[in-house]
Amino acid sequence: MTELWQGILRALELLVKFDPEVMAITFRSLGISTSACAIATLVCLPLGSLIHFTSFKGKRLLISIIQTFYSLPTVLVGLLVFILFSRAGPLGELGLMFTPALMVIGQALLVIPLMLGLIITALASLDKTVADTAFSLGASRFQAGILALKEARYAVITSVIMGFGRAISEVGLAMMVGGNIRGFTRTLTTAISLETSKGDIELSLALGFILLIISLVINIALSRLQQVRTSAAH
Amino acid sequence: MKNVKYILSSLVLSAALVAGISGCGSPDGSPIIQAQDRLRLATTTSLYDTGLWNALEDRFEQEQGIRLDILYAGTGIALEYGRRGDVDAVAVHARATEEQFIADGYGIERVPFAYNYFVIVGPESDPAGVKGLSPEDAFKKLHDSQAAFISRGDASGTHTKEKAIWKSAGFDYDTVATSGSWYVEAGKGMGPTLQMAAEMQAYTLADIGTFLAYKAETGLVPLVEEGAILLNVYSIIVIDPATVEGAKAEKAQLLVDFLVSDEIQDYIGKYGMADYGEPLFNPCAGNEPAS
Repeated sequence: MTELWQGILRALELLVKFDPEVMAITFRSLGISTSACAIATLVCLPLGSLIHFTSFKGKRLLISIIQTFYSLPTVLVGLLVFILFSRAGPLGELGLMFTPALMVIGQALLVIPLMLGLIITALASLDKTVADTAFSLGASRFQAGILALKEARYAVITSVIMGFGRAISEVGLAMMVGGNIRGFTRTLTTAISLETSKGDIELSLALGFILLIISLVINIALSRLQQVRTSAAH
Repeated sequence: MKNVKYILSSLVLSAALVAGISGCGSPDGSPIIQAQDRLRLATTTSLYDTGLWNALEDRFEQEQGIRLDILYAGTGIALEYGRRGDVDAVAVHARATEEQFIADGYGIERVPFAYNYFVIVGPESDPAGVKGLSPEDAFKKLHDSQAAFISRGDASGTHTKEKAIWKSAGFDYDTVATSGSWYVEAGKGMGPTLQMAAEMQAYTLADIGTFLAYKAETGLVPLVEEGAILLNVYSIIVIDPATVEGAKAEKAQLLVDFLVSDEIQDYIGKYGMADYGEPLFNPCAGNEPAS
C-alpha cells in the first residue's frame, strides 16, 4: 500500500516540478489522443447521422458489425496498421512507420467504431418527432441531422468522451506502431509499460496517476461543454 | 448549427494546439509527421534493459547531430523490422541468424562491438541442483527434475541461444517446449523475464549484463557461468539499401563507426562498473571475440 502513496506523491512532485521528460510525454499522449479523437469525431458525426437517417437493406447488420468492433483488440488494429504502413507495406512510401502521426491514424481507426456506434444509438434514442418536425418545417436532411445531433448532444458528447478514453488509455497499438521511441513516440501508457518492466514501480504509478488527472481534466472540460450548450439552448 | 460548429472547431483547435505544444516540446522542434532526418535502430532488449543505449543515444546525437530513434525489440523482430525497411540498422546477438540475414542480402556487414556471457540463473535455494554444472548438464537436470524454467519464447537472441543449448544437450527443442507446465514461455524482454523468474522462483537463461542490472531487484543468483556455448556476442548490422529501398546506410555507418571508436569502446568496457561493481560488457571493436 505504501507503494500507492509513494506513487501519488511522486506524480504530484513530477507535475509540480514540471519534469521536462514527463511533461513532454504527457503532452505527447494528450496531443496524439486528442488529434485521433478529433479526427474520429469529424468522421463520425456526419457518418453517424447519415446512417441513422438513411434506410437501407442491411442497416441492422451494419450496426451490429459496428458494435462488434467496440471490442476490437488494440493489438489487432496495431497489427493491421503495421502491415499497411510498414515500409514494405502498401502505404510504406509515406514513411509514417514509428511516428506520432501514425499513432494518431491508428487510434482514430480504433475509436471510430465506438464513437460511430454510440452516436447512432444517441440519435436512435431521440424522439422521432424531432426529425419529423424538422422535415415538415422544410428542413433539408443536413439541417435535420444538425438539429438531431444538437438535441442528442449529451449522448453525443459522452460518445466523444468514451472515444477519448479508449484512445488515451490504450497501449498495444501505441507500442506496435509508435515503437515507444524515447523523445518521439513514447506516451504515458508505453512509458508505464517500460518503467514497470524496468522495475520502477513508483514512476509507473506516478505516470498512471498523471494519465488519470488528464482524463479528469478532459472530462470536466467536455461536461462543461454539455452544460454550456444546455443553457444556450434554453 | 452554430453549436455543433462550435464543438467541432473547439475540438480541432484544441487538437492543433496540443499538437503544436508537443511539437515545440521535441528538442529539434520537428513536426510530428516525418521521419526523414532520423536514424532508426532496433536493438535487442538485453542491450536496452541495461541502460547502455540510453547513455549512448545522447552522446551520438550530440556528436553527430543526427536524431537516433531506438526501438526495443528482440533479435527476431528487430531483423524483421530490418527486412521490411522500418529501421536502418539492427543491434542483435544471434550469430547464425545474423549471417543468414546478410546472406539473404538484407544486411551489409556484421560488426561485433561487444560481448559477454550468458548465465543460467535461478533461486538461491537451487531446487534442481544445477550449480556449477556445464550448461548442457544443467539443462538436462532442469528437464528431468521438471523445475520451473522461464523461456523468453520470443525468437530473440537469448531464445536462440537457449534452443542451441537444448540441442547441444541432446534434446529436441519442440519436444522440450511442449513437455509440461514446468516450461513457461514468457514472450517478454529480458528484464521482464527475469522479474517473472523471480516471482515464480524459476530458472532462466539470461545475458550477464541484464542479469547484473536486475540482480538486486530479483534476488536471483547465477548458477551456471562456464561453458563455451555461453558466449554472447553483440553486433550491429547496417541494412543494405540495395535490397531494402530507402535504408539510410550512410547515416547508419556513422553509428557503426561511433560504436567501434576507441572512446566508445572504452566507455562500453567500463559501463556498469559504478552501479554493479563489474562491467557488463567486454568491448571487441569490430572483431569476433575468441570463445
